Amino acid sequence: MPAPAHLPEQMPVPVPERRSFLGLLLAAAGGLVSATLAIPLMRFATFPLRVPSEEASWSDVGKIDEFLSLAEPVARTIDVKKIDGWRSSVVQNGVYIVPTGSGNFKVLSSVCPHLGCAVRWIGKRDKFICPCHGGTFTNIGVHISGPPLRAMDELESKVENGILKVRFQYFRQLVAKKEPVG
Amino acid sequence: MPDPEHPLSQENQRPISGWMKWLDRRTDIHSLLNEALDEPIPGGARWAYVFGSGLLYLFLSQVITGVFLTLYYVPSSDHAHTTVSYISKVVSSGLFLRSIHAYGATAIIILLFLHISQTLLYGSYKGRRELLWLSGCFLLALMLGMAFTGYLLPWDQKAYFATAVGTNIISEVPLIGEPLQQLLRGGPQMGTLTLSRFFVLHVFVLPGMLIAFIAMHVFLFRKAGAAGPFKEDPVYPKLPTQKFYPRQLVMDMVASLLIVLALALVAYFVPVHLGPEANTSDTSYIPRPEWYYLPIFQWLKVVSGRWSLFGGILLPGLLALLFAAIPFLDRGRERRPWKRPVVVAGFAIFVACYAGLGAISYRDDRTDQNVAAQLTRQKQAEIDYMRQPFQIQSQPSNPVPVALVTADPLIAKGTAIFAEQPCGGCHGDRGEGTTEAPALIGIGQKYSSNQLAFLLHHRTPQMIKGGMPPVDLNQADTDALVAYLRSLK
Ligand code: FES
Repeated sequence: MPAPAHLPEQMPVPVPERRSFLGLLLAAAGGLVSATLAIPLMRFATFPLRVPSEEASWSDVGKIDEFLSLAEPVARTIDVKKIDGWRSSVVQNGVYIVPTGSGNFKVLSSVCPHLGCAVRWIGKRDKFICPCHGGTFTNIGVHISGPPLRAMDELESKVENGILKVRFQYFRQLVAKKEPVG
Repeated sequence: MPDPEHPLSQENQRPISGWMKWLDRRTDIHSLLNEALDEPIPGGARWAYVFGSGLLYLFLSQVITGVFLTLYYVPSSDHAHTTVSYISKVVSSGLFLRSIHAYGATAIIILLFLHISQTLLYGSYKGRRELLWLSGCFLLALMLGMAFTGYLLPWDQKAYFATAVGTNIISEVPLIGEPLQQLLRGGPQMGTLTLSRFFVLHVFVLPGMLIAFIAMHVFLFRKAGAAGPFKEDPVYPKLPTQKFYPRQLVMDMVASLLIVLALALVAYFVPVHLGPEANTSDTSYIPRPEWYYLPIFQWLKVVSGRWSLFGGILLPGLLALLFAAIPFLDRGRERRPWKRPVVVAGFAIFVACYAGLGAISYRDDRTDQNVAAQLTRQKQAEIDYMRQPFQIQSQPSNPVPVALVTADPLIAKGTAIFAEQPCGGCHGDRGEGTTEAPALIGIGQKYSSNQLAFLLHHRTPQMIKGGMPPVDLNQADTDALVAYLRSLK
């Protein structure tokens, strides 16, 4: 309900400069208040991008004695602990313990470097064969034929208190070089 | 530049230039802005008028912090407490934002009280402002509803038991009480369905209604105009006016700034607590509502039993009706508080009683040794819980193991055959199915071993059309493959 027009204004109408100065002051104050909230809000929202991604954890494969006199690759299922936000879950992954001669061995991921199917050890043929697109690998995981662009991926392993441990990781698919992901 | 559409005098026009002009031609934003900023205030700007804007500002802050909190919050009894704990203990600024949001609710209650007191004392509800007042009453109820529903969401002991009591009270309402309580709880007992319901109310339903009623409230306010000081006539203001911009706007902004700063300081230095997760079987827990609900809680203790229908339902209902009807009952044009003793004294008595009940409740809890000790224990449990590092929630391990090793030699052989044959290429590595071919998991329930063996060697037209190649295996290998297929679960 506007006041009748003939009444005088109580205050002189400020000149434009004063108004824009006030506007500036208001904007500054408003900015300060917004920043009080905006900075923590941004930190809050971008938190998952800023936490350093967890180092892949070590999983137990089994007692070292089992693997010292292997004649051919053996498969083992390992539990891999994954941290996902506020929850942790255990997923199982397959690895192969592959003898490399004179009691040595290495641990290969069963994930095919082509598109990620689980590679199978086919003892009858002395080969690793991937069921999905027929990639084949020698008994130490070297690529022989088929679409994969590199050998099967070796995983970091160590022995602690007689237990073989492996650090399970995923590697980028469809590339010739082995690069960890995640 | 004078605009023939908006016959305002020269000095009323704010200079516009460049992109503003571009925008203005398309939106008419300039005249909207003028309209908003040039709202005349009879008698000039005053600090007494800042509460409405302050509430709007706080509501905005609640919306923003609330939206951000839902980035991490999960409304299920399995996860709610863990996620709030994650927000409070792990996420950057999480505790601060959660505190701003929780204390924001308290600040809104305080400001509502100030806003209502000012309106009542100044008689600003007079002069064709009944709908404005009524929309305000709805806003008050909605805000109280927001505070009530939001309280449960962290799912700690305090939240759970306070809400259990709160929803119990609803069942006292005659006739409709029981069904209403069950509707709100999603069943006879409190549980994860209660949490979902409160979440939906707190995050979708009530905020939606709040926004609608705030729009209505602001619209009606602008329609009626600012009421001005209490010596002003409510219908035909006579005092010289002052425009909303700049003085009142500056006051509103300064007040909002102070409120937010105060909120930020409290949130930073005295962050809210999260207690241990709700333990529904804990019978020793003594629930206490938030301080502004404490007097109601105390009142219900007083009137329990024979008087519960009158004291718990009729009297509060009557008071609420009376409150909503104030502008219809107090109709004179007189606004000076000392000339309206009934309304002013009535309100003062109500406030005194309300505060008194709160004080009695507080005193009772302190004088009863057992209660006091238990309350202290509960407080201590919260402090202890806050000190503990975040406990990551572990999920049960993936129940489908990688099919690399199996015990049954026949199945193991079948696994190898499945792997050697091109089956997995289309049916998936573990028979889980792909876009090429259906899943084989569970096929053992559909077909017997004989049927499966038959199907492998005699494909149906549908299988041939789907591109399934012929299977060439001897009897032993077929049996092994069938055993493997039937083992897929
Ligand atoms: S995924 Fe193994 S060959 Fe394609």
